[in-house]
Amino acid sequence: MSHPKLASLFNQNEARVDWHDKALWFVRHKRDLATHQVKGWEALRDLGHHIKAHTLSNLDNYLIEFEKNALENGIQVHWAANGDEHNKIVHQILEENQAKKIVKSKSMLTEECHLNPFLEAKAIEVIDTDLGERIVQLAKEPPSHIVLPAIHKNRHEVDALFQEHLNTQPCDGDPQYLTHEARKHLREKFIKADAAITGVNFAIAETGGFVVCTNEGNADMGAHIAPVHIACMGIEKLIPKQEHLGVFLRLLARSATGQPITTYSSHFKRPAKGHKMHIVIVDNGRSEQLGRPDFRASLHCIRCGACMNTCPIYRRSGGHSYDATIPGPIGSILSPGKDLTKHSSLPFASTLCGSCSDVCPVKIDIHSQLYKWRQIITQNTKQPFIKKKSMVFMGKLFTKPTQFARIGKIARWSLRYLPKSIINARPNIWGKSRDLPNGPKQSFDEWYKERTKK
Amino acid sequence: MTVGLFIPCYINQLYPQVGIATLELLEKLNVDVVYPSGQTCCGQPMANSGYENESVGTCQNFVENFKDFDYIVTPSGSCAYHVKKHYNILEQTPNVTKVRNNVHELCEFIVNVLKVTNIGAYFPYKVGIHKSCHGLRGLRLGSCSELVGDHYSYIEDLLKEVSDIELMPLQRADECCGFGGTFAVAEEAVSVKMGKDKIKDHLESGVEVITATDTSCLMHLEGLINRNKQPLKVMHVAEILNTNLTKLKSD
Repeated sequence: MSHPKLASLFNQNEARVDWHDKALWFVRHKRDLATHQVKGWEALRDLGHHIKAHTLSNLDNYLIEFEKNALENGIQVHWAANGDEHNKIVHQILEENQAKKIVKSKSMLTEECHLNPFLEAKAIEVIDTDLGERIVQLAKEPPSHIVLPAIHKNRHEVDALFQEHLNTQPCDGDPQYLTHEARKHLREKFIKADAAITGVNFAIAETGGFVVCTNEGNADMGAHIAPVHIACMGIEKLIPKQEHLGVFLRLLARSATGQPITTYSSHFKRPAKGHKMHIVIVDNGRSEQLGRPDFRASLHCIRCGACMNTCPIYRRSGGHSYDATIPGPIGSILSPGKDLTKHSSLPFASTLCGSCSDVCPVKIDIHSQLYKWRQIITQNTKQPFIKKKSMVFMGKLFTKPTQFARIGKIARWSLRYLPKSIINARPNIWGKSRDLPNGPKQSFDEWYKERTKK
Repeated sequence: MTVGLFIPCYINQLYPQVGIATLELLEKLNVDVVYPSGQTCCGQPMANSGYENESVGTCQNFVENFKDFDYIVTPSGSCAYHVKKHYNILEQTPNVTKVRNNVHELCEFIVNVLKVTNIGAYFPYKVGIHKSCHGLRGLRLGSCSELVGDHYSYIEDLLKEVSDIELMPLQRADECCGFGGTFAVAEEAVSVKMGKDKIKDHLESGVEVITATDTSCLMHLEGLINRNKQPLKVMHVAEILNTNLTKLKSD
């Protein structure tokens, strides 16, 4: 279903829209408070932007450097051209280690590759250990936000879900009780896990190490206990040097939640004694996006979610309305590159207000890219007949001032004299909830000409 | 100084009073204003809908009408932004470059070029400023809440000097109203909800009149206000600034 259809379904429950909007605006507000305390915040964003741009321009070399250093550290490195290859590699590693029970910390990449269903079909248990991710996993839903995966669910829904799946007692949505129960449930899973899968926030070329940021410490719990650690990363997660972490760790958490830094910024460099560590480096369409100059900067993204929290459309349509792994403004510039037809409504799910570009910690020109995707989409996918015809008509009309004046006169007359019941009837979608202006007798043009004659 | 007055298509047809206020205001500020009668539209309605190519003729018509002016002034941040940002689709002839450089939004022109802030207007009402997005984040007509930096706002500079006006604070000072051109129709549900929330913010602050640098946002908000019979009026900032200019002269 297209974004407007799913968004209008979400809007059938206005109280829910209000609650969703306020919850995310609160996060945006916290972000503002945090960023305004940093002297040189805008310079930091600039730096983040340029480090990413530099890295992407030299990505081939940095990937080779990273692989070499990671191998020297004793990490096994795998390359996957697409999601399918990624899943097969992960499965193969698990099979080689007879791993049947997996704990996984948050990773949008494994969502993108649909790793969970792939492994589950092979009788492997995958438990998402980020609390929000575990909630949506129990609800058999995808995350609706990349940092706050269950932000669309309230505590009472979580209460019901836990009663059903974790045998908890009814608690009237008591968050303390619910988190406590989740902790007990997850600790059990951590202890028994055969392997841990994590995402990667930053991979450092010069050291061959990588950093995983969490607030719950779940990546550490999984990776330290299980004998096998598989870290899955997109090729764009690279940064050249360790010292660049200082830029990105400062940007990331402030932009994401308004925290100065994530509770855990865990550095992984080599496997512990007797443990194994694997890295799967995934392309899955990224090289193609890198080859599109207008959209290359979308790969700067550090997955903070700030553009979602600030987006007035995202807040009022919910993450699921985007029907894409990455929702919101950044998803709307990434997804069309993967499947233009499927995601053709996403670049239009924006007023081009530009707030996304201004909160972006790595200065991706998101709203400009939305505009550019729109141009490509109208040329390459089927468009509604009326939209296309009216745009061609308007384009021509505006080249002929006399004709424009004549049509304008008819429009004004209609607005002035036709009954509202006709004006606001279908197909006038505007008129469903809004009045149209009353048509004035004179246009400005007519008024001006009359005045000049006097 | 001769100024080419650009009246956006929908203001021309549906809100002529905004065009009239803009013209009168500029004339009272001793600006020589010319309104080129062959003008129609900046091309934005087509371009933002993904039909940039269909807008080329419209853009060329704009350039043809305004190429001889050193200053092009318009009561719309959004249209000015479109000319500046998106006329890269035309061949960058000296005329195109000139037009792109010379287009100004009205408030910014008065504050930065004419260097006037007190126009001597009188408007004894509680006013809420809607900071239209393209003017704000596109042309940077004021500081944006997302960015870290000093506060400024051209529309505030001008309205602060209006006698007896009371500028009311908002909870979300620069959130979008949900108009967005064809977005208003293509994403009707979200557009309407955004508008309703915007109006609620103004009402809760005790606003009597919502003003903006763009009539398009106001048309959307007015449509909702009228349908829901809410106690609010919308006025373009030019209409407020153009009130009672004679008061200054008689003082």
